[in-house]
Amino acid sequence: MAINHLEDVLLYLDQSISHALPVLVAFLREETEKAGFKDVVFGLSGGIDSAVVAYLAAEAFGKDRVHPLIMPYKTSSPASLEDAQKVVSALGLEGKVVDITPQIDAYFANQEEATPLRRGNKMARERMTIIYDHSVIYRALPLGTSNKTELLLGYGTQHGDLASAINPIGDLYKTQIRKVASQLGVPQSILTKPPSADLWESQTDEGELGFTYDEADVILHLLVDDRFSPEEVVQAGFREDLVRTITKRMMQNQYKRRLPLIAKVSSRTIGIDFRYPRDWGM
Amino acid sequence: MKVLRIGLGQVRPALGDVSRNLNLHLEWVEEAEKQEIQLLVFPELGLTGYYLKDLTLEVARPLDHPDILRMVDASRKVDLVFSFIEESGDHRFYVAAVYASKGQVVHVHRKLYLPTYGMFEESRHFAKGKEMHSFASGLGAQMGMAICEDAWHPSVPYLLSIAGVDVVIIPAAGPGRALSGDPNTGSQQFWHRLIRTYAQLFTSYFVFVNRVGFEDGVFFFGHSAVAGPDGELVASTDSMDAQLLAVEIDLDLLRKERYRSPFLRDEDPHLTLRELERILGR
Repeated sequence: MAINHLEDVLLYLDQSISHALPVLVAFLREETEKAGFKDVVFGLSGGIDSAVVAYLAAEAFGKDRVHPLIMPYKTSSPASLEDAQKVVSALGLEGKVVDITPQIDAYFANQEEATPLRRGNKMARERMTIIYDHSVIYRALPLGTSNKTELLLGYGTQHGDLASAINPIGDLYKTQIRKVASQLGVPQSILTKPPSADLWESQTDEGELGFTYDEADVILHLLVDDRFSPEEVVQAGFREDLVRTITKRMMQNQYKRRLPLIAKVSSRTIGIDFRYPRDWGM
Repeated sequence: MKVLRIGLGQVRPALGDVSRNLNLHLEWVEEAEKQEIQLLVFPELGLTGYYLKDLTLEVARPLDHPDILRMVDASRKVDLVFSFIEESGDHRFYVAAVYASKGQVVHVHRKLYLPTYGMFEESRHFAKGKEMHSFASGLGAQMGMAICEDAWHPSVPYLLSIAGVDVVIIPAAGPGRALSGDPNTGSQQFWHRLIRTYAQLFTSYFVFVNRVGFEDGVFFFGHSAVAGPDGELVASTDSMDAQLLAVEIDLDLLRKERYRSPFLRDEDPHLTLRELERILGR
């Protein structure tokens, strides 16, 4: 039962976004231009998420207004760099390469004990400061490249890859990103390789998370969109420990999806009862 | 054939910028005059934008505010339906639609049902309207208005029908969501099904005018449309872009359809009233 259910839901997820492209492209164009920007900037890793953002941005703005930054570290896989270059040349973009090795190595110079997690987080945040610096250079709005699965699982670095001004793919699960990527003509090598944050050698998302994106997406969809209780998801045929892990991750990482808490002392407090749309004044 | 030429004013309002929206409305009124449109309908909150939150206090206007008087005055050559946050003398804030003709206010409809669930939070800011009226238009058709969510309560078109109505005007700010595998969004399909069904059941014309554009990442799907008393779509903009579409409706069709399908003749509002009183225990 579980397997059928999994495939049915995956098929539904695929179909449901089969006509989402015009919305995503219009979103980019309108929300960027409303904010007074003509150009956009983002990190291009060679992975599928940022590749999709590059294709959407090229469609929305034309190649001259789209500024991808390729920011490898010395241990980054050469295949990632190659895939990023493929996207850049397929779309005719000017991709700028910024090697982050010197600053990362300088920071960790006397800290042999630094864990891969700390190093990975530092790299993600380093890259984001470079993106925001280039947003001044290019007068460009930073685009987010986190998908709904990552956002819900909290599988990303706060103030690092999770940061952005606007995000065109944050309501698409990872498996839906694959669908959109194939519609957009993202190169095959990017579509088929195992997803990886590429923060250390041979890291893969699924290896690190301990479950597959197919499983995560279906369980998240049932919990989030179809409002199943965790018990109902288990009854639908999914492993109890897996459902528990995913539910817990989603709850524990809520803080990454919200502004910092503010101690309320006034009658109108930011985030509580000072309530304006983000598009205020645009 | 007794023809009424209606303009579907599918505008893209700027959030919170009343003067910009007013100018946009006035430009379209001029265009409608050129196209010999007799009645131009703008969407819900076209003068203010939709996701206002705390901006409500800043954009609200009493009926005698100069901005509103300018819109009313613009109705000298073409009848207008436009919508904004109406502030009453005792400072309640209503989502209102004004029907103006020959430089005069003919009718003001205050939204009856304020969606406050999921992505909506209208009851937090706005007061509920309490009445619905049909009214003579001077265009040879009896009119009624229902704003967006009002139309999801069948009692509203029902009561308008009993009050006597030929054309039900529905200014809307319908967000696109629940994308389906169909090129038409889920929301658009709901709406088109809804107005066709109502038009057929109440043997009247239903004019749905929805806005376009993005606010805080949410898109409004447009696809304004008119359904006729035979339950068929007369026209649709078929677009999520700004568009002024002129649609001719044949008022003689009301006569034929009401003879062929005499639901209105046979409807027994006294039965409804008796049963309502019994069900409500009065």
